[in-house]
Amino acid sequence: MSTTAAVSRDHPAIYHKVGSLRAERRWALWTAYASLIFAAIIMLAPPVYMFLTSIKTSADIADTSGSPWVVHHPTLENYRELLSSPMFLGFFWNSVKVTVCVVVVSMVISVLAAFALARMRFWGSQWLATGVFLTYLVPDTLLFIPLYQIVGSLGLLNSAWGLVLVYPTLTVPFCTWIMIGYFASIPKELDEAALIDGANWMQMLLKIFIPVALPGIIAATIFAFTVSWAAFVYPTAFITTPSEMPLTIGVVSQLIRGDTFAWGQLMAGALLAALPPVVVYVFLMDYYIAGLTAGATKG
Amino acid sequence: MADGATLALPRVEAPPASSLRRFARRRSSIAVLMTLPLIAVIGGLVLWPASYAIWLSMLNRRMTAFIGLGNFEILLDSETFRMVIWQSVFFAVTAVIAKALIGFWLAHMLHHLPARGQRKWRGMLLVPWVIPPALSTLGWWWMFEPSYSSINWILNIFAVPAVPWLGEPWWARISVIIVNVWYGAPFFMIMYLAALKSVPDQLYEAAAIDGATGWQKLRYVTLPMMRNIISITVLFSLIVTFANYDIVRVLTNGGPRDLTHVFASYAFQVGVLAGNIPRGAAVSLFMFPILAVIAFFVLRGVTRRSREEM
Repeated sequence: MSTTAAVSRDHPAIYHKVGSLRAERRWALWTAYASLIFAAIIMLAPPVYMFLTSIKTSADIADTSGSPWVVHHPTLENYRELLSSPMFLGFFWNSVKVTVCVVVVSMVISVLAAFALARMRFWGSQWLATGVFLTYLVPDTLLFIPLYQIVGSLGLLNSAWGLVLVYPTLTVPFCTWIMIGYFASIPKELDEAALIDGANWMQMLLKIFIPVALPGIIAATIFAFTVSWAAFVYPTAFITTPSEMPLTIGVVSQLIRGDTFAWGQLMAGALLAALPPVVVYVFLMDYYIAGLTAGATKG
Repeated sequence: MADGATLALPRVEAPPASSLRRFARRRSSIAVLMTLPLIAVIGGLVLWPASYAIWLSMLNRRMTAFIGLGNFEILLDSETFRMVIWQSVFFAVTAVIAKALIGFWLAHMLHHLPARGQRKWRGMLLVPWVIPPALSTLGWWWMFEPSYSSINWILNIFAVPAVPWLGEPWWARISVIIVNVWYGAPFFMIMYLAALKSVPDQLYEAAAIDGATGWQKLRYVTLPMMRNIISITVLFSLIVTFANYDIVRVLTNGGPRDLTHVFASYAFQVGVLAGNIPRGAAVSLFMFPILAVIAFFVLRGVTRRSREEM
């Protein structure tokens, strides 16, 4: 009571307050920019430094007298050497092969299942939806040892096809989960209209659900792609022959030879291997972020 | 697979009374058919290996005899494994707290910016999350490299003595945490930014009219509105961080002297590299109770949230 009375009697105090509000806002904006610039420097420093190393010559890297952040003699030699090495191209091809198969398989499985779970109630469907979410929470590091035995007994150790078999554990639960969310948000009137027009379930899925939920399908596909491209635990455990390795484990285990590290080449390899997900991210950022946040905000 | 059969049976055998019921029957059997691949993946690649892991963990090294809980007892008796438990918990808790705080701070800062500028910054700050962690950790490893360390070079400019990043146990632990925070904080930022955007402006206006300070707005408007997302994200990240493998494998590979091993990397070391599969399975099963408790709370948070939205 007393403070409000004091403020209303004292006009200059009010003006002072308004002025300070604007100053406060400007100050908040500057703090925001300052912290974001600081954060961006830290977030981008490792990839930038990897790039700087990858365009250095070996002599340049070994020279510890100057700043490690300066490139004196930029060269593309490391990239040229990698891109002409059949081993590296083999890693690349394995990654592409495995990722494409896994993305196709998991999208087919999860779109079909999500359609059934979102629209057709059947005995146990609620339980199954919960189960899908729970399996999404089971990490690969819990399963790799039994899967190692299972894949081994199928004779698929040291084969890229073994990876195609096990990667769906990483992708299918999450893709199904977010597709259930997207499908459930489609208004029921649409399927009623389709049913009246005599569409069967397959036509409904192909002509209504997939086109309408296309953003969700793109987000789920991006997720499946990034996850199977970046998968590390399974290939590390199952693959020891260099010719069958995908990029992640190939770069980590094969480009490090002996005690003398070819740092420039190693960094060039890591950057080339990281390129496909980054390119997808740059072009489809909004879908990528929609997929990231969908796990908790939808469903 | 067995699940699918039991799901389908009662419907298929029900007598077709009317066309309506036949329709319902057809619909649910189609539904079961459509979910069959999913059930096969969950059953064959998650449930079956999980129960197989429990069986495996109770065998002896050559997998010829059943030894009950022997592997678990040996593990709990070993100094190294107690260290692994401690290190996993320390790593997960510290890293998740740091990620949550940094993510919250960055999300707030981004939220202050005019909407047009946000996209660009958001895009830049999410880059660590996009690069496969095994590969970006290689970059960190190179930055931590003792004789060429570019981080130490920068520290030297500010007259800070060189840090033995991966050589000393404590510094190695901190390095692993730093890399994990660098990789995971952008995810928190994106989740919290989405949550911040969903808080209606009217609430802040009402709070401002009531004379709330910035801190009070944060405490009584923002945090209660975001509580659910914050808890889901933290719990989810706790699971992922707890089960992390890539960063430890590439950065320290458990060293120095097995002091930075977490459950996953130790399970790998014991089960695959040393060839003692049952004991490796036992190591990774130690994660299970902790993960189950966290998963329970995540599920509760998610169902509560979807009920709120309805």
